[in-house]
Amino acid sequence: MVSMGSAEFMKELFFLLTIVAYAGSFALYLRFLGTGKEIAGRLGTIFLGLGLIAHYFALLERSRGLHTVPYHDLYGSMSLFGWLLALTYLGLELYHRQRSVGAFVLPFIIVFFVAAHLAPGDRLSPVPARGVVFAFHVTLSILAYAAFALSFVFSLIFLAEERLLKSRRLGDVVWRLPALELLERMSRSSVLIGLVAIAIGTVLGFVWVDRLHGQIWYYDPKYVITLLVLLLYVLYFQLARTASWRGARASRLCIFNFFVVVMSFTVVNLYLSQSHRYF
Amino acid sequence: MEIVLVGLNHRTAPVEVRERVSFTAEQSRKAAEELRSRGILAETLVLSTCNRSEIYGVPPESSHECAPGLSSFLSEFHSVRADVLGVSLYHHYDREAVRHLFRVSAGLDSMLLGEAEILGQVREAYRYAHEYGATGPVLNRLFQGALEVGKRVRSETELGTRPMSVASAGVKLAERIFGKMNERSALVLGAGTISEQVVNQLRDRGIARLLIMNRSRERADELAVRFGGKVVAWGEWETALKSADVVVSSVASEEPVLRTEVLRAAMSARGNRALFLMDLGLPRNIEASAAELYNIYMYNIDDLTEIVEQNRHARESEVPRAETIVDEHVGKFLSWQASVELVGLVDALRVRLREEREAFIRARMDSMNHLSVAERERMEGLMDELLEKLLLAPAERLRGEKELRRKIQNVEALRDLFLSNREKP
Repeated sequence: MVSMGSAEFMKELFFLLTIVAYAGSFALYLRFLGTGKEIAGRLGTIFLGLGLIAHYFALLERSRGLHTVPYHDLYGSMSLFGWLLALTYLGLELYHRQRSVGAFVLPFIIVFFVAAHLAPGDRLSPVPARGVVFAFHVTLSILAYAAFALSFVFSLIFLAEERLLKSRRLGDVVWRLPALELLERMSRSSVLIGLVAIAIGTVLGFVWVDRLHGQIWYYDPKYVITLLVLLLYVLYFQLARTASWRGARASRLCIFNFFVVVMSFTVVNLYLSQSHRYF
Repeated sequence: MEIVLVGLNHRTAPVEVRERVSFTAEQSRKAAEELRSRGILAETLVLSTCNRSEIYGVPPESSHECAPGLSSFLSEFHSVRADVLGVSLYHHYDREAVRHLFRVSAGLDSMLLGEAEILGQVREAYRYAHEYGATGPVLNRLFQGALEVGKRVRSETELGTRPMSVASAGVKLAERIFGKMNERSALVLGAGTISEQVVNQLRDRGIARLLIMNRSRERADELAVRFGGKVVAWGEWETALKSADVVVSSVASEEPVLRTEVLRAAMSARGNRALFLMDLGLPRNIEASAAELYNIYMYNIDDLTEIVEQNRHARESEVPRAETIVDEHVGKFLSWQASVELVGLVDALRVRLREEREAFIRARMDSMNHLSVAERERMEGLMDELLEKLLLAPAERLRGEKELRRKIQNVEALRDLFLSNREKP
């Protein structure tokens, strides 16, 4: 009983630490966006980093005894999604040296983290899913969705900023948003991360199915939608540099693509697929 | 130890006066050397920009009389009549001088509120004066403080972030679209004053290529030499618009110079890469309907002026925050200065008391003849010990208690009280 209690306590502690760090990071990014104070932006990044660490331990507590990534329930997939979103964003922020979009990304991270915490425990028995291959299949797929979500956010910001610049009605915030060109590049780099991750993740999925069933092909609607997602993002990646799609049109396509991803995450998982429940 | 400032700026002196009292680097060095050799100042720094000429200094012995000396030095140095100069000059001492410098480096005293250049100019002036040894501990500390204020104001307030001229607004807008300008090219049509400012700003931002187009070939060549660009024959839109990312246009023409159709063709030739059009002409040089084309961003002079207007309001609302930073650093500097002065005062007091003790013993030598040498030395030692003991407590408190240092407003009065050389009345 005592050990159960202390495990619960640790879970709550890491939940609180994570939420405090993410909320702090969000507030600081907002302040950076609002005032342009460099120090607020830097602290925002530091808080995001702290949040990532605390979130990692929160995930670890949850998956204790599982000895693998927590993918077997809604909590796991949502929380892991939030964590990978934060991680990918942090990577892109540092790579592109641009933190004024942090204020737009953090709400997504927080929503997924809190929703995961509030999600009811899963009563279904977990799929016979063990092993390194399967763990990578799940993690990479969720990483891909997180990267696609980021490109969705970047594209939304691009469209909003583009509209302001085009209409010559500049608010205060335009001066602090990244340049349009940089937003395009950030969106493309996150799509690239997503494409690589989903490609490897899917291949690993097939490897795992092969091991499990002794045959690669058995039909799952998830295959179709994943292929569609893959094709749509490859299309975006190519079109974003062509004459007729460059700019706002490519960003709209990117936003549309993400709706397909959301469909894959929700409708397909819940109603159509047998073996993909939460990712 | 006192700080004195004598100078003039755009508010006190017209440009005809300012240009006569401005200093080149060499002149500022010469002035500093003369001021020191004549014993007017012990530490000197000359800050000279197109909007101001100021001499900051620490006089060798504190006196409020060094400002007139500095004024006449200025008029002599630049051969400007003293009565002409007199009306334009301001002088400040200590707190006010410190505050003035900190406001200057924050951009609060600039003609264009919050402009960034001044901080660089202050840094450069300090670096130069420091290099040839004209500054000392006080001015070093003062100017390091000024640079810190400048940096803080720029990073913590919005005083310097928003473009304040039509030219800089245009260039900053281009940066909103393209990011860094160092791989971009610009096409300059015609050459008005503002477009020249734009070109200068673009060059400051490291624009990769400038194309010049003008109706008169001769004028185009002339501009190309001045701006460092390449001439494109008038009307060769296809070549010019294919590579340019920014178009700056100020052509005197009744009819639009750039038609929507031409731009439509250009956009398809350039694969719809974004194009930023800055139409500075009056009447406008670019057909208005071009603004609707995909990936074209078009701003005319009114749009840019309006942005500048909005920014002016935004900047002015930042002034109180900048002033708070200035005040904070003025306080910091003054308390540093006071602590240095107080420590110096205690040291001086110690020296004085030792001298007094020696004089005292010498004067009473005769009455102490019965003492042996050893006994006399012992007594001197005891007296020294007592003096040290009396000085130790105040010295330690001065070092440790910030509040106490702050409370002692007038170190000069203390110096006068304990260390005065005046004969008793």
